[in-house]
Amino acid sequence: MIYRENGQFKTSYRADQQILPIRQDRWTMGLLLVVAFIAVPLLADEYLLRAVLIPFLILALAALGLNILVGYCGQISLGTGAFMAVGAYAAYNLQVRIEGMPLLVALLGGGLCATVVGVLFGIPSLRIKGLYLAVATLAAQFFVDWAALRLKWVTNDSTSGSVSVAALDVFGLAIETPAQKYLFCLAFVAIFALLAKNLVRGHIGREWMAIRDMDVAAAVIGIRPVYAKLTAFAVSSFIVGVAGALWAFVYLGSWEPAAFNIDRSFQLLFMVIIGGLGSIMGSFFGAAFIVLLPIVLDQLLPAIGNLVGLQFDTALVSHVVFMIFGALIVFFLIVEPHGIARLWSTAKEKLRLWPFPH
Amino acid sequence: MGFFLETFLGGLMAGMLYSLIALGFVLIFKASGVFNFAQGAMVLFAALAMARFAEWFPALLGFESKLLANVLAFIGATAVMIAVAWAIERWVLGKLVNQEGITLLMATLGITYFLDGFGQTLFGSAIYTIDVGMPKDPIFVFDSVFEGGVLVNKEDLYAALIAALLVVLLSLFFQKTSTGRALRAVADDHQAAQSIGIPLSRIWVIVWSVAGIVALVAGIIWGSKLGVQFSLSLVALKALPVVILGGLTSVPGAIIGGLIIGVGEKLSEVYIGPMFGGGIEIWFAYVLVLFVLLIRPQGLFGEKIIDRV
Repeated sequence: MIYRENGQFKTSYRADQQILPIRQDRWTMGLLLVVAFIAVPLLADEYLLRAVLIPFLILALAALGLNILVGYCGQISLGTGAFMAVGAYAAYNLQVRIEGMPLLVALLGGGLCATVVGVLFGIPSLRIKGLYLAVATLAAQFFVDWAALRLKWVTNDSTSGSVSVAALDVFGLAIETPAQKYLFCLAFVAIFALLAKNLVRGHIGREWMAIRDMDVAAAVIGIRPVYAKLTAFAVSSFIVGVAGALWAFVYLGSWEPAAFNIDRSFQLLFMVIIGGLGSIMGSFFGAAFIVLLPIVLDQLLPAIGNLVGLQFDTALVSHVVFMIFGALIVFFLIVEPHGIARLWSTAKEKLRLWPFPH
Repeated sequence: MGFFLETFLGGLMAGMLYSLIALGFVLIFKASGVFNFAQGAMVLFAALAMARFAEWFPALLGFESKLLANVLAFIGATAVMIAVAWAIERWVLGKLVNQEGITLLMATLGITYFLDGFGQTLFGSAIYTIDVGMPKDPIFVFDSVFEGGVLVNKEDLYAALIAALLVVLLSLFFQKTSTGRALRAVADDHQAAQSIGIPLSRIWVIVWSVAGIVALVAGIIWGSKLGVQFSLSLVALKALPVVILGGLTSVPGAIIGGLIIGVGEKLSEVYIGPMFGGGIEIWFAYVLVLFVLLIRPQGLFGEKIIDRV
């Protein structure tokens, strides 16, 4: 009844092709942005911002980047953690080695370095695909892990192998409190989400999807696989690299190579799959699910244990979290292989008819 | 020369152990088209079961014999792995028939997490030992040829022999028994196999059980070498390039790929590693595989991939 597009007539192609063609969607999105930009920083407490919202935003950004590669272009990558690491360490080196480097330039520079590395490791995708490619991208993961650990200049000769960044500021504004950090990340995420949405709506996005659906057929109708695949790798690793730089600079502050290990890559892939392959919105759903699940379980399990009179120690809880996590992933794949984004669109379809389905 | 040979032999034996794990991957991929990321978790799970059963059975039944304990534990762990195979077929793969490769891959990643958590919940998460009487002392061979001879770890030698034996047994099973023939038929074409009356679900349980038993053997060997702990689960990551190098569909490929990677890794670490600051073992195999794939996208022995529109 509320969610219905009756009476909303489009009189131009522009109006028909906008991102949110239905008025209610525009309102919802506007409301969401207002809540995210104004209400949340005012109302949320420090713990919520630091432990939940900031990691959620940054990982959602990384998942968005990965979704472009996996969901839109169909190239499975298990090396996302590596591209995040490249972004983080490149941004770090830019900031440490060049005097007075603005933070924004350092972060975007990190993204650019990740782009170069991403394209380099994307070259094999021209020859190999599917599972073979997935394993090949692990090469990036292990190589970057090793480089961060062993190549001294990557960490600016730090003796312990861990590096840290000094105070952050943008245009003279300090980014210190969790609320400021949150807003900084949110601005990045909003801008990149908009850019990504427009990219995948445009001709390049269509090329990616054609390659994903069947690359030989796409090549036959005149899409250049080299160009399409490598641009997907480039755009994806740029976003992932920026996310990695944000993760290191804003969320962690000081970090070790282990922050970007293979578990991170799997985690991001889970987000993309559970959220929904080939959906910008899905990346956010997936990130929310994966970030929230362990936190909720950590709180919930000891409580349940107490109810039935069992004491769960932390090791046991972490193992049970592993189990539930794995089981939920399998469950999701069985029940809804297209992810939460598909559930969302089904719900919207239902809502259009509610409360009078024919 | 002696040193080179020593490294070479060490690599061969390490490679044999990689092939053992790679074999599990190949078996499952051949029969069900699933790239089973959970193979490493299965190795850990099997090794945990073996190690703990070997402790529990003597305490429970009140006997002392080490041999009996090991035999009983092996039987128990085998039963557990068959149960795991059955459960995976029943609750995961059976529900995901006709899904794309990436979905199945993700499902096995889910299984990985589940098995890692379940195993450690069930069997505990400390470091356990498996003692099946593997000799630990090194021996010297070729004394007469080189001065000082070549140092070989007896344990590695035994492990390599067991691995070789397992490979022979598996080849016999695949080539000579009627079940093996059914497995190969399923591997070739699911639908055709089903239409001539081969029960798919039973075949999958059998394949996963065989892969589970291979995982158990790998777990025992690796476990008695390194101790049974969580990191055992990561050994599978070392075996991945082996599978890809040999080709996902080829059993001999898994063996030869393992040997190439084992030797390549050790030689590169010793001779090239110092130039880069060491530790290149971690990525050498992957980068090697990357270059091989650029020339042969289906791996060394894999079936040629043909694209049709």
